[in-house]
Amino acid sequence: MKVVVDLSSCDLHGLCVEAAPEVFEIGDDGALHLLNETPSADLRAKVDKAVRECPTGAISISE
Amino acid sequence: MAEAIRRVTIVGASLAGLRAAEALRRLGYDGALTLVGDERHRPYDRPPLSKQLLLGTWTPEQTFFRQKDGYDPLALDMRLGVPAASLDLRARRVTLADGTWADYDRLIVATGARVRTLPAMAPRPGLLVLRTLDDALALREALTGAARVAVVGMGFIGLEVAAACRARGVRVTAIELLPVPLAPIVGPALGEMLLAMHGDHGVEVRTGVSVTGIYGEPRIAGVALSDGSRVDADVVVVGIGVIPNTEWLEGSGLTLDHGIICNGSGEAAPGVYAAGDVARMANAWYGDAPRIEHWTNAVEQGVHVVEQMLGGSGAAASFSSVPYFWSDQYDRKIQFVGRARPHDEVVVVDGSVAERRLTALYRRGDRVVACLTVNQPRALIKYRKLLASNPSWAAALADLSAT
Repeated sequence: MKVVVDLSSCDLHGLCVEAAPEVFEIGDDGALHLLNETPSADLRAKVDKAVRECPTGAISISE
Repeated sequence: MAEAIRRVTIVGASLAGLRAAEALRRLGYDGALTLVGDERHRPYDRPPLSKQLLLGTWTPEQTFFRQKDGYDPLALDMRLGVPAASLDLRARRVTLADGTWADYDRLIVATGARVRTLPAMAPRPGLLVLRTLDDALALREALTGAARVAVVGMGFIGLEVAAACRARGVRVTAIELLPVPLAPIVGPALGEMLLAMHGDHGVEVRTGVSVTGIYGEPRIAGVALSDGSRVDADVVVVGIGVIPNTEWLEGSGLTLDHGIICNGSGEAAPGVYAAGDVARMANAWYGDAPRIEHWTNAVEQGVHVVEQMLGGSGAAASFSSVPYFWSDQYDRKIQFVGRARPHDEVVVVDGSVAERRLTALYRRGDRVVACLTVNQPRALIKYRKLLASNPSWAAALADLSAT
């Protein structure tokens, strides 16, 4: 899977960081960083959680 | 209940209902799936209604979770624009207001809540509320050309409406029954800060007064207050809370008490689940079965009930979640996580009230129970994670000094 983040709609709620810390991080610069654009399939459930819990719908998965 | 599940019905086509439908398909349920909604719109997101939609920066389409063709993969029997009228637990049937019905093997009730109104405020042009997309569109329309708005109720919705009005250059008077708005939720000191913040932006605030009546006929011209004064306004917006939509379930056998009582699995009766604003789901972290009106709660419960229903997902049987909500007002993002009570001690651990940028922790005995931030999103993330472990006050402070 490929994870896509629309940084212009990211509102820094950070729920993705809690759901999938292997994939998302809020850096010292105060911005969201995608640590791994193409996470392995075993992270699918965590990334799914990040997608559905993002209050601004900023995260999507393109297969 | 070991029989195969072939028919699932979800009543409520909003966030909790949609997330439940998505979870069902994601977890492999391939039977019939009916989604019933009382509004004519397909599921949309509410937080932008009092922000981007009122400001006119978003179109209604941008609030929809999925565009029309986005529903194809969910293979839903979507029945919009018709409310559920009754539930027959024995027959496993939901009857809709138009006389049609939906039978089920499993039912998820996510009928949400509707706005409270004041008996003293009989409906008339210019008197508005904000809950639904149609409400928001009507309010946006009314604000065009409005010279003066009165907002009744300084809860988060009222405050966001006031902020949106000011951003549009409309004069606003905000009226609140409590001496300090939101004091029961965020504490008096931070309630004062929110009040002052609106004062900074030119909102005229009237606290400690109630609305005793309205005047203007046929169109509203203002409200009368308990101190004998009047506030002139060509638009009046009432935001005084919501009532859970449970009337259609009366007599069904479900336990109703300001919401649908359900256990930690979200079950209200065998095979019947509730989620979102309408549900009072036992919450292990909370230590009670609260009715919670927050966005993330709707998502979590919508998914939780499906995991419980289908089983085998390894999900914990008992719901446990730290409530979280946010509010955007002017250029400030207010975020709150946890459960505060009026007598908790509130300690600002970073920033200050004067800067309108801060992190505050709520202390009860030797525990930290909640955190509020203003324009400090990273701190909120840190404390949301910490609060899940029911931390001691000392641990929270140690965490603070560690960063």
